Amino acid sequence: MEYHLKTPLKKEDIEKLNAGDIVYISGEILTARDEAHARILEMEEKKEVLPFSLEGAVVYHCGPLMQQTENGWKVVSAGPTTSGRMSKMTPPLLKAHEVRAIIGKGGMKDVADALKNGSVYLAYTGGCAALAAELIKEVKAVHWLDLGMPEAVWVLRVEEFGPLIVGIDAKGKDIFAEVREKAQKQLENQG
Amino acid sequence: MYPVQDIYSCLPFVLKNSSLLYNGDLLSTKISRESFIRSIADLLRKTETELPDDVVNAIRKAEAAEENQVAKFQLRAILKNLEIAKKHRVPMCQDTGIMIFFAEIGSEFQPGFDLEAAIREAVILATAEIPLRPNAVDPLTRKNSGNNTGVGIPDIHWKLVPGNQLKITAAPKGAGSENMSSLRMFNPTETGSIKNFVLETIVNAGGMPCPPLTIGVGIGGSFDAAARLAKESLLEPLDAPMEGLEREIFEAVNALGIGCMGLGGSTTALAVHVKTAHCHTASLPVAVNIQCWANRHASIVFGGDE
Repeated sequence: MEYHLKTPLKKEDIEKLNAGDIVYISGEILTARDEAHARILEMEEKKEVLPFSLEGAVVYHCGPLMQQTENGWKVVSAGPTTSGRMSKMTPPLLKAHEVRAIIGKGGMKDVADALKNGSVYLAYTGGCAALAAELIKEVKAVHWLDLGMPEAVWVLRVEEFGPLIVGIDAKGKDIFAEVREKAQKQLENQG
Repeated sequence: MYPVQDIYSCLPFVLKNSSLLYNGDLLSTKISRESFIRSIADLLRKTETELPDDVVNAIRKAEAAEENQVAKFQLRAILKNLEIAKKHRVPMCQDTGIMIFFAEIGSEFQPGFDLEAAIREAVILATAEIPLRPNAVDPLTRKNSGNNTGVGIPDIHWKLVPGNQLKITAAPKGAGSENMSSLRMFNPTETGSIKNFVLETIVNAGGMPCPPLTIGVGIGGSFDAAARLAKESLLEPLDAPMEGLEREIFEAVNALGIGCMGLGGSTTALAVHVKTAHCHTASLPVAVNIQCWANRHASIVFGGDE
């Protein structure tokens, strides 16, 4: 199935998605990778208020390449980064905030359970950064630039951002885990 | 291969001739520092915005052969991405890599200026003008230098060769695939475990290094030499025939079914290349360097036979 979704995403938007479905997203997405995740969780611990909202949000594991022009920031290249590095920080993030979708590449181990309350993991083809940049129409804001360009939180307006593949759905089906298990078995058979 | 107006196709010619002008010496292989910096910055733009033909052809072949629809869909996205990057002259991936160069310098080549400093300057120039993402950070404080240079970066591997030419290959490396690479010091009697070690490395990596991959394997040498051999293997043409162990590993990797981005499929590796060196009788170093589909590298030759 193919879905075209608009942000902010509702729980029912997410619950109808199945692993393997194709999704395109229009609206607002926020980039966050290692350092931003760490800071979000640190602020959560101190009960501090974030300068952006993560409720119903789409978090994009991406450290974009941006260029500052006279008319503000311009996206040069903005593909997904390896989600695996955010695996451990994702369950507490989902507990603290109602993030509805996470876009990244490579999947995340042991997050399928944490996603079960109405969130999905969407795989965007790794490295397809020039294609992604074409679908990002506007840089709406940037937070935490002190973390550096790749680690800052960029608020982006996107149109038909995709194709995204539902890698882990809200029912616990995880294509990455299935492929990994098969590969592991194949490896054992060869040995 | 490139359009006529493309600067790269005529660069060696321009450089040779401008060097004659600058030096007024027909026997000299000297080039001007300015034109050298310009052409290294241009080489970086070429590397970041378009893949070598053999790599593109290998991805096309994988797309045509793929039966898994999710994988096919993604391989098409990769090919479309490559078209956009080339057309708009923008980096194909936002991870524009850590700056790595392989330089073969002829023993008779006389640059007349500090080549390393000039390459560093070219990196800073390319970072600002292409632009490239600033990726170089201090390993402990994680402070970003902001211009892709730093202690030991650009990382330039020098090799002294006969002749009067200088060949420079730019091979910027992304972290997603580099982080999944591996090195192990085996016992000398464990040559039979090499294939399994490569497969284990690829299974652990799953979709994280952005398959379809190029896999470079370095066997022998020493702890660091094995890693260098593995990295050099990534520069081998993807359509070069794979022999013996290479083919054996290649077939076993693709039988794993990891596929494009770890979502399943028949092409996990585009090629496997192995390089070996003699090693100590008591050791067997093996390094596996993983390269994502964006196997970026391009070369330029300075000087020559005038």
